[in-house]
Amino acid sequence: MTSSLSGFGLGMRREHYAAYVDGSAKVDFIEVISENFMVEGGRPLDTLFKARSNYPLALHGVSLSVGSADGVRSDYLERLRQLVDLMEPAVVSDHLCWTRIGNFNSHDLLPLPMTEEALQVVCANIGRAQDALGRAMLFENPSSYIAFPGAMTEWEFLAEMVSRTGCRLLLDVNNIHVSATNHGFDPIAYLDGVPWRAVGQVHLAGHSVGQTMLIDTHDQPVPECVWQLYAAALRRAGDLPTMIERDDNIPDLAELIGELDTARELHAETLAFEAAA
Amino acid sequence: MTVLGASLHSLQQDFASWLVTADEAAAMRLGRADGLAIYQNNYRVSLMTSLEAGFEQVHSWLGDEAFARAAAHFIDAYPPHGWTLDAYGADFATTLASLYPQDPEVADLARIDWAVGQAFVAGNADPAGADVLTEVDWDVARIALVPSMLMVEVGSNADKIWLALAGEGEVPAPCALPERATLFVWRQGFESVMRRAEPVEVRIAECSRDGFTFAQCCEDLARDMGEEAAVEQAGGVLGQWIAEGLVAGLS
Repeated sequence: MTSSLSGFGLGMRREHYAAYVDGSAKVDFIEVISENFMVEGGRPLDTLFKARSNYPLALHGVSLSVGSADGVRSDYLERLRQLVDLMEPAVVSDHLCWTRIGNFNSHDLLPLPMTEEALQVVCANIGRAQDALGRAMLFENPSSYIAFPGAMTEWEFLAEMVSRTGCRLLLDVNNIHVSATNHGFDPIAYLDGVPWRAVGQVHLAGHSVGQTMLIDTHDQPVPECVWQLYAAALRRAGDLPTMIERDDNIPDLAELIGELDTARELHAETLAFEAAA
Repeated sequence: MTVLGASLHSLQQDFASWLVTADEAAAMRLGRADGLAIYQNNYRVSLMTSLEAGFEQVHSWLGDEAFARAAAHFIDAYPPHGWTLDAYGADFATTLASLYPQDPEVADLARIDWAVGQAFVAGNADPAGADVLTEVDWDVARIALVPSMLMVEVGSNADKIWLALAGEGEVPAPCALPERATLFVWRQGFESVMRRAEPVEVRIAECSRDGFTFAQCCEDLARDMGEEAAVEQAGGVLGQWIAEGLVAGLS
């Protein structure tokens, strides 16, 4: 099933597979981690085939590594292309980060300096990935715990990246809050700098409070500060497909659907208020 | 901060050195930021979690503390290379063999955990039914095994321990086998299964994997047991494999 995303979705996690396979989960779309399904066969692919016959699908990767100074891996792109051809997702996304250098793969979303050099590397890698897949990809703003000195802000970097590559953005509202708190920038200034016409999807999630920084753990409900930032994003963007990510401490599906209902209500209230204003 | 003048490549190499070895010189070049410790913690936790998920019965057998020590040793020695964490742990059995030289079942359990995981996501193939045996040209027929079929060599009763830990009965005491054994691990439907294979099965499986015809496999056996016994045994093995879903076809 290929269609554009709309409405409100959830990340499909193993604990809730049955409800997506039988189509009973009350969501408008599902998102999965691409690498979990870049396999030869077996139950994972069968599960995804069945779920995607019930819901539009977003493939969300963590290992493309568009920030790698030595380029993206051909074998990775080939496997991703095979999965895209097989599943015909509505969107394919990854992160603005690097995960690999040389033969080392960190399996973490590592930060980039916001420099012209990094921008050129990222744009070249995005171009190669989009050529390989034959479609525009979405890239997510990451949470970060280090801010290297750079020539531009993250939102300026994103806007230039969109302008040079034609890629789109997956705006993670929790990540904006986490990075803004950790690095002391104004999240509203970030929202004001986002090229909204390029934003194709929104992520919401929770985080943990570390000793000195907020940590993007996806193991908590969406907190009030993130809901407020989401409303501010909607006031700038209008309607956007929205998804809640929960990767640890995973509750019953009903609880996540309840959280998604909060997003629906906030979305409706905010857009109604904006229309009336 | 010294990164302004550094190239992206140098920065990323420094970051990798910090993650893998906590290289202080690299941390200095990265600006000694507080966040470096968070990234290193995330790196090690994700690898530890991956090993716990991929080596469930090794974890059960060793317990939390010993498993964490072994996994930390492995993480120090084997930084990940692949784009998927599913590929991480291919060498874990080697590390366990060096850490537990007197307890061969530990490394054997790791080999089984790894093979079961590989079989779980191996390529799909519809197993052949008994009707595949009709109208076969035995002079040219080759056995095509299902893609999930893996052979694991063990020197202990780790297979019995593994099955017991997975919930199939009382866990036996570990013991070394008088002769090394080969296990067949494959997938029936969506479930990985395992059993100990007879030497004649291993010989036919290896012969088939090497591209020889069924007739050539029989000739190989015949050198040791005579033609009549070879054909009888190979025929029996083929029938058993078909019944167990190990054969994808006779080509």
